[in-house]
Amino acid sequence: MKEIVAIIRPNKLDEVKDALETIGCNGITVTEVKGRGRQLGITESYRGSDYRIDMLPKTRLEIIVADEDADSVVNTIVETAQTGDIGDGKIFISSVEDVVRIRTGERGEEAV
Amino acid sequence: MDPVLNSGDTAWMLISTALVMLMTVPGVALFYGGLSKKVNVLNTMFMSLIAFSIASIVWVLYGYQFAFGADMLGGLIGNPANLLFSGIGVDQLSTLAPTIPETVYIAFQMTFAAITVALVSGAVVGRMKVSSWIVFSIAWLSLVYVPIAHWVWGGGFLFQWGALDFAGGTVVHINSGVAALALALLLGKRKDTKLLPHHLGYSVIGAALLWFGWFGFNAGSALSAGGLAGQAFINTNTATAAAMVSWVIIDYLKTGKPTILGAISGAIAGLVAITPAAGFVTLQAAVIIGLVTSVVSYLAISYLKPKLGYDDALDVFGIHGMSGLWGALATGLFAAPFINSLGTGVFYGNPGQIVTQIVAIAIVAAYSFVATLIIGKIIDIVMGLRVEEKEEIEGLDITQHEETGYRI
Repeated sequence: MKEIVAIIRPNKLDEVKDALETIGCNGITVTEVKGRGRQLGITESYRGSDYRIDMLPKTRLEIIVADEDADSVVNTIVETAQTGDIGDGKIFISSVEDVVRIRTGERGEEAV
Repeated sequence: MDPVLNSGDTAWMLISTALVMLMTVPGVALFYGGLSKKVNVLNTMFMSLIAFSIASIVWVLYGYQFAFGADMLGGLIGNPANLLFSGIGVDQLSTLAPTIPETVYIAFQMTFAAITVALVSGAVVGRMKVSSWIVFSIAWLSLVYVPIAHWVWGGGFLFQWGALDFAGGTVVHINSGVAALALALLLGKRKDTKLLPHHLGYSVIGAALLWFGWFGFNAGSALSAGGLAGQAFINTNTATAAAMVSWVIIDYLKTGKPTILGAISGAIAGLVAITPAAGFVTLQAAVIIGLVTSVVSYLAISYLKPKLGYDDALDVFGIHGMSGLWGALATGLFAAPFINSLGTGVFYGNPGQIVTQIVAIAIVAAYSFVATLIIGKIIDIVMGLRVEEKEEIEGLDITQHEETGYRI
């Protein structure tokens, strides 16, 4: 199993969520976060003075899927969350040892 | 004017008074509140709220009497014959506005005193103790605003010398701007001196309410519902629009994009600059006053402020002080006798008017600066002006009021 953590633009959340649903990926955890990437944020100008805003609001998605579904989920996120501009975000993929569904006690892929 | 009550004038002045009230709360409160940090939004709004209440009481008990009482001590102060509002009859007509009741004139002028103190608060947000602000407001109104109002409007020495200030360029804006600078210097810099508005939308609403209320401020200063009020009204709107356009052009030239904060800053600068001139100048002059004032305030904020290093948090000196200065000078240049027989400027054959304006500006600015420094220093010694460092970091909403602006 894989854990897919995607940091995306907040205004892309609905689009990504709908697209994931169409490929059968329903389980998703969403967190509002702040962060910065390589560009160290953006510059805003107030009354003629420029300020670097380096902690930008982002949306963090956590998705656990079976190994064979990981690429499809990642590709869907890339396709829908991409604008081509700086700040589109990143996706981190890591292996998951086990999953437990609390309601039933099921384990492994059955619990995903 | 005949000393006979005119119900049209009285109605207009009652409306104008209510409009000027709207400028402080919610106008200034929202304008400043949106520009401040999220953790200081309530404290920032509270400073305007409490300023309005304090001025409301000070003004009727003794402020009006000293400011607008019969001149004494060679033009320095008014004779407080009606202390505690005694002896002011319900049907008594105002001496300075003989077609409206004195009670209405008192209420109208009260709103001017209130907004002037509230304006000062923009320089000190994020670091001044709320208790000190309350004491400061009482002392400053009594010892700075009241005498200056007498000098310029109440028959005092600057009035006698012929200084022109239709609705408060000197009394309200230069006065509050310079006082703001003095208080900011006394308080010192905030730990974080950035101007990063936490909610520009509030500021847009606040600025719009200021613009709306300013019609009462300026057109109401005609003290009657007639042609002069109409001229002041259209001048106010036109200069404000011109100043907004001017600031937006500067933004385009500097950064390639118009900013919302720039647009509303320009509008406020325009409102300030036209204030002393509103009932003295032609519409064409109002356009010039508006276009130029954004350049004046922009330069003050972008170049003078960083160069001198003072921390005027929300640019009260840069906008109110500097645009007030330009407006007062422009009144001396553009005052047209066919608009208002009380004022003739340089361009209409009275070169002495600009000298009078400069003298009035210098005296008011010097007095406001020194007196504010003294009042502030005394408060600092007695009870302290500034909050503790950890309180400043945590924010004044929670540390001064035990409340937070946003629960979600």
